[in-house]
Amino acid sequence: MIEALHLVKRFHDKKRGTVCAVNDVSFCCRQGQIYGLLGANGAGKTTTLRMLATILTPSEGTAIVAGFDVVKNPQMVRTHVGFLSAATALYGRLTALEMVQYFGRLHGLDELTLRQRIDELFARLEMNGFRDRRCDKLSTGMKQKVSIARTLVHDPSVMIFDEPTMGLDVMAARTIVNFIKECRANDKTVVFSTHVMSEVEKLCDRIGIIHDGKLLAEGTLADLRSQFGIHDLEELFVKVVES
Amino acid sequence: MSLRNIGIVYRKELIDSLRDRRTLVSMIVVPLLVMPLLTIGLGVLSIALFGVAMREVPQVMVLGGEDSPGVMAELRKTKDFQIVPAKPDYAEEISDKTIRAAVEIPGDFEAKLAAGESSTVKIYMYEGELKSGFGADRLQKFFRELRDRSIRENLQARNLPENLAHPFDILETNVAPPEKVGGAVLGGLVPYFIILLCLTGAMYPAMDLTAGEKERGTIETLLCSPVSRTHLVIGKFLTVLTASIATAILAITSMALSFGVGKQMLFNITKRASDPALQITITGKGLVSIFFVVLPLAVFFSAALLALSLFAKSFKEAQSYISPLMIVVVLPAIASLLPGVELTPTLALIPVLNTSLVSKEIIGGTFHWNLIALIFLSSSVYAGIAIAIAVKLFQREDVLFRT
Repeated sequence: MIEALHLVKRFHDKKRGTVCAVNDVSFCCRQGQIYGLLGANGAGKTTTLRMLATILTPSEGTAIVAGFDVVKNPQMVRTHVGFLSAATALYGRLTALEMVQYFGRLHGLDELTLRQRIDELFARLEMNGFRDRRCDKLSTGMKQKVSIARTLVHDPSVMIFDEPTMGLDVMAARTIVNFIKECRANDKTVVFSTHVMSEVEKLCDRIGIIHDGKLLAEGTLADLRSQFGIHDLEELFVKVVES
Repeated sequence: MSLRNIGIVYRKELIDSLRDRRTLVSMIVVPLLVMPLLTIGLGVLSIALFGVAMREVPQVMVLGGEDSPGVMAELRKTKDFQIVPAKPDYAEEISDKTIRAAVEIPGDFEAKLAAGESSTVKIYMYEGELKSGFGADRLQKFFRELRDRSIRENLQARNLPENLAHPFDILETNVAPPEKVGGAVLGGLVPYFIILLCLTGAMYPAMDLTAGEKERGTIETLLCSPVSRTHLVIGKFLTVLTASIATAILAITSMALSFGVGKQMLFNITKRASDPALQITITGKGLVSIFFVVLPLAVFFSAALLALSLFAKSFKEAQSYISPLMIVVVLPAIASLLPGVELTPTLALIPVLNTSLVSKEIIGGTFHWNLIALIFLSSSVYAGIAIAIAVKLFQREDVLFRT
């Protein structure tokens, strides 16, 4: 489960002074659910997810992820989280196998468990054909699979995706969408951010609309439609943001 | 502190770095090429150029001397130089390197010589120009011999002993061991290059493992792992240090081999065992000592480079931070090459300069153990501070996610 509790993140910018990127964001995502953070560029999605993944420390507030506090116990949170974003690139000079092995070892897996886990993942994601090929020589789709294997190698109970389909072609994006669905089927807690409305409609159990660092509306898609009286998600999003 | 985690990061970073062409070039190719080029290449080239200059018969002008036919005949007879017709613009011709030197013989030179009267022979040359120097030397030799002969003849004519004008000899004898002579002659250059290579060896991996990671977007991937940031930075630091030490070891080995070959080649050319360059002997003890003195400096370089490039957003930005550092490092290293700069307890506290000076002494066969200990200690303190800064920077979000 993920429970964000009044998360605030302030940055210091030379030109703009102190900037509040995330302002009092609270939401909850239960096990086996997909929670979608919907927002325009610069709305605060990435910062929120980075705080949940403990890559950034909140300025105020906290979050409980997989039963651990992100401020008090970030290392334990990371052992239970798989984080995938457009910014989480691969080591180009490592092979697909070395890349997944490295992260398995960093997550503390012993060699036997790691080998079994890699065999299972590589077979499931059909990666055996390029396991010994260097990551910089892989196609975008292959790279996505390696990234997925990297996030799953330690079998996390919580998955965090930050705009995972950004810049991908239809086929590569489809791989990701199917993978997110699979995570829910496997009873994992999933939070993902996007500005693609169709992905939200296709995947999310609950939605949070974020703008200027604030969570403006939250609920199931049906809840939001009835609350604002608008069926089209894009129109709904614009109305929430403009109001 | 989890050694396992540090080991995992170190192993991965090492594999990654060894697959990076730029790191391989700076770590392996450069030290293997620089030392032979420096010792054999540069040595042989300078000797060859010196030899060419020595073998040349310099063209010289004789100004005046019309009333001294005997001296003029002797000047024309000698094969040490070739006399060309005198012109009023001799100074210009010397400056333009058309002729090498000129000699001005005063009026009534021969007559005054016979009468035992004093006169001045002037030699004109291009100061600092090798071939002009040789021309002037040969003219000076000619006139010195003429003067000595004239003294001898005058003494004989007066029935006085020859040694009247030469009552005693002065003989200079070197008592310093050969390695010290060699150390004083060329010893400063060797540590200068080892220090420089230590820095260049650490440079690329330091930039690649920090600013490079930021640029390629792998830093965020790495930060997702449960390994603490301190372990991550120590693993990275150890990789950079390995590259720096590997470069230093390769440089020292390559230097020792190049010296052996270079000395043999030099001996074959000069056939003079007394040549100062042939006196350079680097002992095993010296090599090991240099390695241990350079070690904390390599730690310092690795940590400082890591901290500096960690701050940069991209590889290019890291390069712009590190390039001025090269000058900061080169300056004290060059200062150690200046004549008269000796190792003192105060200088032993100045990073780079201290290592450079002590290495120069070690090559010269002098071991000031108290100063060596002081240098090791001070360099270790600087290294510790640099590591602490690198670790601290790796904890800062504004550094890791600088945009």
